[in-house]
Amino acid sequence: MRVTFTVNGRPQEADDVWEGESLLYVLRERLGLPGSKNACEQGECGSCTVRLDGVPVCACLVAAGQVEGREVVTVEGLADHAEQRSGEAPARGTSLDGARRRQANGTGARTGEGTGLSPVQQAFIDAGAVQCGFCTPGLLVAADEMLERNPDPTDADIREALSGNLCRCTGYEKIMDAVRLAAARQSEGV
Amino acid sequence: MDFLRPASWDEALAAKAEHPTAVPIAGGTDVMVEINFDHRRPEYLLDLNRIGDLYEWEVGADTVRLGASVPYTRIMEHLRAELPGLALASHTVASPQIRNRGGVGGNLGTASPAGDAHPALLAAGAEVEAESVRGTRLIPIDDFYTGVKRNALAADELIRAVRIKKADGPQQFSKVGTRNAMVIAVCAFGLALHPETRTVRTGIGSAAPTPVRARTAEDFLNAALDEGGFWDNGKAVTPSVAKRFADLCAAACNPIDDVRGTASYRRHAVGVMARRTLTWTWESYRGARRTTEGAA
Amino acid sequence: MPNGAPTKITQGTPTKGGIGESTLRPDGILKVTGEFAYASDMWHEDMLWGQILRSTVAHAEIVSIDTSEALAIPGVHAVLTYDDLPADVKHYGLEIQDTPVLAHGKVRHHGEPVAVIAADHPETARRAAAKIKVDYRELPVITDEASATAPDALLVHENRTDSHIGHVAHPNIVHRQPIVRGDVTEAAKKADVVVAGDYTFGMQDQAFLGPESGLAVPEEDGGVHLYVATQWLHSDLRQIAPVLGLPEDKVRMTLSGVGGAFGGREDLSMQIHACLLALRTGRPVKIVYNRFESFFGHVHRHPARLHYEHGATKDGKLTHVKCRIVLDGGAYASASPAVVGNAASLGIGPYAVDDVEIEAVALYTNNPPCGAMRGFGAVQACFAYEAQMDKVADRLGMDRVEFRQLNAMEQGTVMPTGQRVDSPAPVAELLRRVKAMPMPPERQWESSEGADVRQLPGGLSNTTHGEGVVRGVGYAVGIKNVGFSEGFDDYSTAKVRMEVVGGRPVATVHTAMAEVGQGGVTVHAQIARTELGVAQVTIHPADTQVGSAGSTSASRQTYVTGGAVKNACELVRERVLELGRRRFGTYHPAWATAELLLEGGKVVTDGGEVLADLVDVLEGEAVEVEAEWRHRPTEPFDLRTGQGNGHVQYSFAAHRAVVEVDTELGLVKVVELACAQDVGKALNPLSVVGQIQGGTTQGLGIAVMEEIIVDPRTAKVRNPSFTDYLIPTILDTPTIPVDVLELADDHAPYGLRGVGEAPTLSSTPAVLAAIRDATGLELNRTPVRPEHLTGTA
Repeated sequence: MRVTFTVNGRPQEADDVWEGESLLYVLRERLGLPGSKNACEQGECGSCTVRLDGVPVCACLVAAGQVEGREVVTVEGLADHAEQRSGEAPARGTSLDGARRRQANGTGARTGEGTGLSPVQQAFIDAGAVQCGFCTPGLLVAADEMLERNPDPTDADIREALSGNLCRCTGYEKIMDAVRLAAARQSEGV
Repeated sequence: MDFLRPASWDEALAAKAEHPTAVPIAGGTDVMVEINFDHRRPEYLLDLNRIGDLYEWEVGADTVRLGASVPYTRIMEHLRAELPGLALASHTVASPQIRNRGGVGGNLGTASPAGDAHPALLAAGAEVEAESVRGTRLIPIDDFYTGVKRNALAADELIRAVRIKKADGPQQFSKVGTRNAMVIAVCAFGLALHPETRTVRTGIGSAAPTPVRARTAEDFLNAALDEGGFWDNGKAVTPSVAKRFADLCAAACNPIDDVRGTASYRRHAVGVMARRTLTWTWESYRGARRTTEGAA
Repeated sequence: MPNGAPTKITQGTPTKGGIGESTLRPDGILKVTGEFAYASDMWHEDMLWGQILRSTVAHAEIVSIDTSEALAIPGVHAVLTYDDLPADVKHYGLEIQDTPVLAHGKVRHHGEPVAVIAADHPETARRAAAKIKVDYRELPVITDEASATAPDALLVHENRTDSHIGHVAHPNIVHRQPIVRGDVTEAAKKADVVVAGDYTFGMQDQAFLGPESGLAVPEEDGGVHLYVATQWLHSDLRQIAPVLGLPEDKVRMTLSGVGGAFGGREDLSMQIHACLLALRTGRPVKIVYNRFESFFGHVHRHPARLHYEHGATKDGKLTHVKCRIVLDGGAYASASPAVVGNAASLGIGPYAVDDVEIEAVALYTNNPPCGAMRGFGAVQACFAYEAQMDKVADRLGMDRVEFRQLNAMEQGTVMPTGQRVDSPAPVAELLRRVKAMPMPPERQWESSEGADVRQLPGGLSNTTHGEGVVRGVGYAVGIKNVGFSEGFDDYSTAKVRMEVVGGRPVATVHTAMAEVGQGGVTVHAQIARTELGVAQVTIHPADTQVGSAGSTSASRQTYVTGGAVKNACELVRERVLELGRRRFGTYHPAWATAELLLEGGKVVTDGGEVLADLVDVLEGEAVEVEAEWRHRPTEPFDLRTGQGNGHVQYSFAAHRAVVEVDTELGLVKVVELACAQDVGKALNPLSVVGQIQGGTTQGLGIAVMEEIIVDPRTAKVRNPSFTDYLIPTILDTPTIPVDVLELADDHAPYGLRGVGEAPTLSSTPAVLAAIRDATGLELNRTPVRPEHLTGTA
């Protein structure tokens, strides 16, 4: 079957999709967007978390056919998503300013020097919340969405919001640090 | 495999009538696991995501008509007052991502004894609104679960909604798992006080082939509360009554040993949860009474 | 080149970014943007999908295999069984080559590969697998020591020819290592108290999040290029090439992104299967396990049964320790022999005891194969000896921590193996530090709005609002070896290049080190900055175009490959200074007389005087050195007495666990898990703490939830999924304050000490001790389940 939907603001079309395929498979294997990860394929680890019409879901448990006509945001689109959000917020300057900022910072992604990242992405790097990084994309999408809803979370709030995202490397402490850092920077308008 | 995408409820019913083996998929949180792990290859998948009606709820005078696909997250956020037991149960479902997708219709359709909604529905009192091209019928929740992962739906029926009694008193829900989040129930317990009818209802999950009520325990407690005038005098439930109630709840279980827990533990844990949820709800009832009296 | 093939990562930093600083990961941005290519992300035009058919029974003769129906399915390009293997070599293994690439005549464990399929879509491949008919004649299963060593026991492996068969009492014993020191019988007479106990340790899974995956691309020269997630490229290569019938130079390997490892990628998984299918079909073949298959796709931590006897005088000195450790190695040897060596040599823990009798064995059974996992044989023993230490202290009426400190080993202590510990061993100090850390507040779950269930046992499941909740505190300390032991030639290779790029001096570090998440790439770049004084360091992708870097295990990569990078940098520096002397030596006498350093892109004297800019020194030339580096040699343990200088370095961590237990429901909330660890020298403090917290959490997992459950009647795995094999979530994991001690080991580069494993040892017994403290129960098995806390097992 054919599935047509929007990913990170761009229309996408996938053909010859097997009816049992998940959104995760379509993103990873058909659309060249492997950022969402395939750690358990049973909704237990959160590594494939994406926003489906704004709502965080496990892409492995969404049948490909179910996303027809809908909007998906993946980790690959997180920076743009966050930037649009901050652009829309009246206190945070115009989206043009945002675009300028991004341009000014925009060195290549492989240099290790930062640029065009959302606050939560930058915080994960700065806080040492990334080790193997396989859980990272899902955690970022989930954490970003939580900070959108709850800009000033308590530790218990953070833990609850991220309780569907398994990490095997970090023991979660640096992830807690990262989300606290992102929240603090966000509230300072940095 | 064929993927059916009805745009409306009527189309969905027609599709199910035409293809009775079609497996409905809404949140996908059960069905997709089975497909991903090659446990199931249905001939047809019947996607219910496009049917907006299933995501809505109506709060009536006595009941809430809860659309089959209303996600657990919405129940937690919006129906805490009307359906406190189900809201608590919803909060224990898996993870935020799953709660954003899954709904009560899926729990009922799968009818796993471990489904988190079941004890809350049993305790609150509910009817399943099943519909087919032949018409609509209301299946009392007590008659809905017919065996391990089996329910009373006919092959051509879909779940449209659940009609759940609005809470007329405190409700509680507890679930034991071997992890502090994102865990399938080893066993679960729901309890609702119904001051209007002066009755108590229960629901037990994952401790018998189907979700069950602890009827003997309910009868005992109803009689004990009645005899002691507890509903009127607002006294604390005596420890001996609570213990007897807990023992009878444990006795209502018919559990198995499996990788998640032993039968013996399940019985024990149901007893503990029964006693605790009775205490919590009863204390809440007493507190509300005192507040009312104080105001009067 | 396929999509997702790794490219160079260049990191420049305005700061110095050398060792001792918490520089950030060079792959961090790629990882947070989703661009970092893990093995499962690889994609190639025209690629096929590989699928493995695995045995549905644990022990059986294969009567027949019929693949004809599978081959007939459109879209299926190959179906291979044992009979299709192209070379004479048809087995592989880390030390003992006992593992068939595909089952031959017999399967020895549940989930053993029987056939492999290549098809144009994963679903086609799955349907084909389902059409392969395998006729099994089931055999009785061997599941424990009694069934393995019974006189009439079936042999898991007949006709063993490995080096251990000569010294084991039964062919179903992989390896046995006794250690005898002093005279236990005589010493026991001095004991005022003797405490004996039996302990059981469950089977733990590494549960790395990135499933086993890789892409094999056939090459024009008849060879194959494998992109794969592994822990040791060259060890894989050594095992893969002979089975393919190819010389090693025709099997090129490149490390793709690795989503965690923890020992589970030391053995081969899909490597050979993907290469076989690629060579057979002439098409690239990708294999990605799902989580179900992953539970069968790698070895696990050995479950163990342990018997301990400790004696002590009434003033608190240990008189003797006797122990017997039985590890279940499962159907294939994997790393079992080395795990036995570790379990034995570290069996009494970080304590000074003169009279010791230890025996460790690993069994062959029909249970899932077990091998390397973080902590490697030292974990099981630590759980048992630390439980014993508490019991002895209690019997003596002594404080548990003081009793440990009284018996703690220190620098100069002689181990049961006769090895004198020749670097700091601050066991008592670590205990003192962890005990001195402030305690978490009581009843922290109470808030103005009542109990916050998220902070109580049961968490979101709303099982208690404080009822039945009792707090307990427990302590433990452990000892782990660093690096490969027992005479293994443990070396790493590094190639370092220095040149001018874009007007700036740049160093490129090329090793075959598997970056599995631990941060080796970060540290190697720091070493290069420190040694070569350049800001910008490029980390070349790890591949087999450079010599072996050894395994990313045994806490060894910072030490050994880090040592190799340091060594190669020093050689590069010599050559650069040589160039400088040639070009500029006549202009300044210091070129000949002073100690010269490379700093901030310049050649400077140790007095800080700048002699030349590296850009000018290099002047278009590139300096490149590839060199091996080894740590001090070790010796094998004597097979009869266990004596020998078997280890190169030891590392130590201590934990204090604070738990709250719902004593009625048997549910546990770990409130805090404090750790003190000596790391010698923290090359990257942020990463060090991250390693300690991660290791601590894996220890927590085995304490309260993690266990692969194998049915003792069928030897089949009952919970191969993340639904029923539970690892800690963020709500199960407490705050983990860490106190890092840095006492240099003068024998190691920069004085560093391997970090990654020690915290996995002591966190488990600390949590268990805390639960015992809360409940008063004996709890001789781990993980402890609600049943064990409520008498309903």
